[in-house]
Amino acid sequence: MSDVLKIAGRTFESRLILGTGGFTSHELLARALAESGAEMCTVALRRLDPGARSSILDVLDAAGVQVLPNTAGCFTARDAIITAQLAREAFATDWIKLEVIGDDRTLLPDAVELVDAAETLVDDGFVVLPYTTDDPVLARRLEDVGCAAVMPLGSPIGSGMGIRNPYNLTIMVERAGVPVVLDAGVGTASDAALAMELGCEAVLCASAISRAHDPVAMARAIRLAVQSGLLARGAGRIPRRLHAQASTPEEGIPVFDGPDAAG
Amino acid sequence: MSSTVVTVNGEPRELDAGATVADLVALLAATPDGRGVAVAVDGEVVPRGAWQDTELVRGAQIEVLVAVQGG
Repeated sequence: MSDVLKIAGRTFESRLILGTGGFTSHELLARALAESGAEMCTVALRRLDPGARSSILDVLDAAGVQVLPNTAGCFTARDAIITAQLAREAFATDWIKLEVIGDDRTLLPDAVELVDAAETLVDDGFVVLPYTTDDPVLARRLEDVGCAAVMPLGSPIGSGMGIRNPYNLTIMVERAGVPVVLDAGVGTASDAALAMELGCEAVLCASAISRAHDPVAMARAIRLAVQSGLLARGAGRIPRRLHAQASTPEEGIPVFDGPDAAG
Repeated sequence: MSSTVVTVNGEPRELDAGATVADLVALLAATPDGRGVAVAVDGEVVPRGAWQDTELVRGAQIEVLVAVQGG
């Protein structure tokens, strides 16, 4: 894996993408963002609130990070496509985190609508980063229609349940020709480290940071975990084995039997 | 001056007759250039370049969207 993250020809020093949902204030978001080292942040589009005092764009512009709009809240390909087109107008970017949700209790992706929307948006010139299930076959279908990355969940959005099926992610990473970015389920730093150890190119994290007791400290913890996981991946873990294998030499072990010892 | 009634983000709103998307954005948005703002009329995206020339007719269903935290 190279030293930098490359998506659609753009390079990023940071392999942590910050989701901005859930922070209790823009000020807290700004502090956590600085600590996270993230160079790209998600935003959503919602109806204008005439009473809003500040815009999240001010925070992101001041930090100099790339805006990655999402299509959160869309349940059909049609709505996701319109939302992506609106985001392109609002933010002057053709990058889109494509979410097409199938069910508002699990927030799991609707695979059929997702592939349909991805194909249309790629044809319309978008750089499509789809939020997907951890299904390697679906990931391949998304790659086939031209997505610039695939972003599987480890577990449902905001659940903090970590990576429930590391074997699927391993298969996905092994077969993917585009970056695999873990996009949901991180609960704490070790989950992010595991994602990188499994070969993900990056981690997208919102709730684990924004809803932590101390979001700024968690932003730092997850930044370091992503770096640690990447280092460990490169260093190569030892194989798992059922029984122990001594690390201390077994030759030259002294014998402490006295004259009275039996045998 | 005559006026027209449209729906903006689900609420009825009276605008001057002949008002354009650009006029509505200037009225509502904090940023004069409309950065971070997107507009759909009757389910169709209105590109930024067409705001000045898109008049809002009686009964139009308008969505005016901005960036919020998310995802």
